[in-house]
Amino acid sequence: MITENKRRIHFTLNGEPASALIGTHQNVVELLNIFDLCGARESCGQGLCGCCTVMVDGQAVSGCLKLAAMVDGKDVRTIEGLDQDGQLDPVQEAFIETGAFQCGFCTPGMILMVGHLLDRHPQPDDNQIRGFLSGNLCRCATYPEIIQAVHLAAEKRNPRKSTTKTTTSF
Amino acid sequence: MKIKDANISHIDEVGRSLPRLEARAKVTGRAEYTHHVKLPGMLYGKIFRSTVAHGRILSIDTGAASAYPGVHAVITGQDVLKVIPEPYFGPAFHDQPILALDKVRYVGEAVAVVLAEDPHVAEMAAQLIEADYEELPAVYDEIEAMTSNVVVHDMLKPAGTFPDLKHLAGKRDTNIALDFHLKRGDAEAGFAKADHVLEHTFRTQQVMHTPLEPMVSLADARHDRITIYTASQSPSFVRLEIARLLGWSENQVRVKVPYLGGGFGAKLYIKLEALVTALSMLAKRPVKVSLTMEEQFYTISKHPTTFKIKSGVTKDGKIIARRCDVWWNGGAYADIGPRVTQKSGYTAAGPYDIENVDIESFALYTNRPPSGALRGFGIPQLVWAYESHIDLIARELKIDPLEIRRRNILREGRPHATGTIMRGAEIEAVLERLAQRMDWEKPFDQGSSTSDTSSTIRRGRGIAIGFKAVVAPTTSTALVTIAADGSVILSMSTVDMGQGSDTAMAQCVAQVLGIETEKVRVMNPDTDVTPYDMATLGSRSTFHMGNAVSMAARDAKNKLMALAREAGLPEDYDGPWRGIFEKRYGMQAGTIVGFGSYIPAYIPPDKSTGQSENVTAFWMIGATGVELAVDTETGHVSIERMISVVDCGTPLNPKIVETQLSGAAIMQLGFTLTEKMELDAGQVTNASFSDYKIPGFHDIPIVMENHMVDSVQPGAPFGAKGVGESSTFGVSPAIANAIHDAIGVRLTELPMRPETVLRALRAQQNNPLED
Repeated sequence: MITENKRRIHFTLNGEPASALIGTHQNVVELLNIFDLCGARESCGQGLCGCCTVMVDGQAVSGCLKLAAMVDGKDVRTIEGLDQDGQLDPVQEAFIETGAFQCGFCTPGMILMVGHLLDRHPQPDDNQIRGFLSGNLCRCATYPEIIQAVHLAAEKRNPRKSTTKTTTSF
Repeated sequence: MKIKDANISHIDEVGRSLPRLEARAKVTGRAEYTHHVKLPGMLYGKIFRSTVAHGRILSIDTGAASAYPGVHAVITGQDVLKVIPEPYFGPAFHDQPILALDKVRYVGEAVAVVLAEDPHVAEMAAQLIEADYEELPAVYDEIEAMTSNVVVHDMLKPAGTFPDLKHLAGKRDTNIALDFHLKRGDAEAGFAKADHVLEHTFRTQQVMHTPLEPMVSLADARHDRITIYTASQSPSFVRLEIARLLGWSENQVRVKVPYLGGGFGAKLYIKLEALVTALSMLAKRPVKVSLTMEEQFYTISKHPTTFKIKSGVTKDGKIIARRCDVWWNGGAYADIGPRVTQKSGYTAAGPYDIENVDIESFALYTNRPPSGALRGFGIPQLVWAYESHIDLIARELKIDPLEIRRRNILREGRPHATGTIMRGAEIEAVLERLAQRMDWEKPFDQGSSTSDTSSTIRRGRGIAIGFKAVVAPTTSTALVTIAADGSVILSMSTVDMGQGSDTAMAQCVAQVLGIETEKVRVMNPDTDVTPYDMATLGSRSTFHMGNAVSMAARDAKNKLMALAREAGLPEDYDGPWRGIFEKRYGMQAGTIVGFGSYIPAYIPPDKSTGQSENVTAFWMIGATGVELAVDTETGHVSIERMISVVDCGTPLNPKIVETQLSGAAIMQLGFTLTEKMELDAGQVTNASFSDYKIPGFHDIPIVMENHMVDSVQPGAPFGAKGVGESSTFGVSPAIANAIHDAIGVRLTELPMRPETVLRALRAQQNNPLED
């Protein structure tokens, strides 16, 4: 039988204090749905596709595998937090300008991961991009455009430095 | 009278690479998907599935599940009969029960459903259901199914819905859902005259679309009305089919479709919609069924095939006769398999000018998960065979692979095997552009000439070209409304699942009206409002819906001009449109509604010979060139360069078209190198991304090029035609041909995983790998 244990958690959601009563078996995607945040989506359910990516204390995690109870006291950021001031993040702009999505279902996870990548490697080369994003799947296979978007976003974030020469031409 | 928006100078909207209209919604995570829809009082349904491939249901014990705390109800096929007495659905045959009745026909078939407010409760309780079956022998292979004593369906009932499938016959005691025959000239006489006769057999595997938004449907049934929210590529068909099942009229069924998180053919016709309808009617509450990624593998797939191809060739490489025998493994329910068999069947001889052609194409039932449409509608399976075959002919005759294609290519104005004269099909231009981009005339470095003789890397290159006819005859209709302030809404039932149809169709409307595309609002499909469209499939929307929306926009424009005349405005009025409404109605009031409806001409192929003077509204052409490296020590294939060339007419939005080209090619790369549904006694054993490998960032070719040849499709909106599938056609055979070029080994089955490559290589070296 499913446990009826409920637990109240307190955490920070996109910079604002938040609190929720959750079942101890519920995951972070379900937690976010309580707040009507649908950008993190469960797809493969096994942490293999990256559609449910959210940032917890600055680390990218799969929302489908992470129990909601485990984010008690943590800082949770989702795709919906990126344009809170009405301005798109440079990564979001780069995705639009390069046409780096089709159906859009994987896009929020992809964008969060790209932001995470650029935090660590402001000027990534193609191999770093492929490696860092290899846990994010796109069945529409918009991969070439996403790689372009990463380079463009790197430039937008840091316009003075020239981007690493791309070894891939698309 | 000229009507134009005074606010902008004239721009060519068609041909502009503007971003998708819904771009901001998608990058902010706020785009709507059925996945997110919740209704008050909604129940979740979790499916209990068959564990045997073929069996009679002896009993279903739902006691423990019903007693589980929080369970609302447990529903079986017998319950469904209370609300839908004839619960069989399907686009070609009414062969699929909403929940299994009497028999199960594949592992994973839906047998019962648990309803609960909490999806976790429904999932737990579903595991408590127990079913007893009398197991029956099963048949899995398409060749065996031709003659097997195991008959999957006792009786076949044709649906009679679509005009191209009207001839399907009700039959007993056979697994053949459809047999298609094409005869042109005398193939046997051709073989007798030929200098060389070559025959090869090629096979393809069962694969799954795996849209990242798994299939999901939600129904809200009231006593005389039902609303269905569904991730469907065919809202109009869902409305028809649900109305038929319920014995209701179309206006009692409302189907709403937001954006789709991928479709690729998986979400076509009718999938979960009939089930959620029955469940909501029984529960008298809204019911949602969301499949898991695993469950998608039990729902629909791509046809495995066996294709035996035989050609008679003169000594100078002219193919004078060809015989094609194609067996399509349709799985337990026909879905749209008969259309795949027929429509793809008649192009089985390839884009070549062959005098004598004989085609036999069979759709077969087996005890596998059902097969349906998947990006290409059977064409990639055919091209795999005929383009591998022609490469083998070239090798046998010692003719260059490009040269043999040139000698046989089907040219404009020549008859296709159906007798239809080729028009607007740039087959030759596509082949020549590919040859040019590949630098085919220049010598190619195969790696053996390098100074490092111990290198295990061997390089090769290969090409392939295929073509496809569009499904015919089908209808699209659209509405273009102009509000009193001059703003424009396009209402159509084309589903944007990532291909960019909202944007491309808005561009057509904007072009006709002389306004900016960004000012056109596109309504998501809602069958109460958006008019009929056959479905979003087979790359038909650009041509069919493009014509319909352009007609609707012209109609709206004409009505606007008439309104201006009624209002007594001068003939040279070129002020804002709102001025026309204000003048006519004395305030900001009124609406203009423009309507467009399009169906192309079509002559069905003759039942015994497959001949027709007009078998398609247009042809799609795609060619692929590949340069790759094979590691002879591991069998690993690395795609160094992949070039796609297509004839897609004149692209409406070149950027979106290019994304379609590379996306489709990479998807087919997965079907070529890694993906395969593994079955053990009918059970899919790798129904998960951990064991079923779709392409990721590391799997894309190092260099990709996408090209469109200059082309203007006659009869098309602004010369454009469909493009969503064309770059899939040549991928698999181009790679097989390149592997052969690299290591001298021919692979005839997909996928070509490293192990397959290595085994074939070692077998050829008389040093086979152990099992």
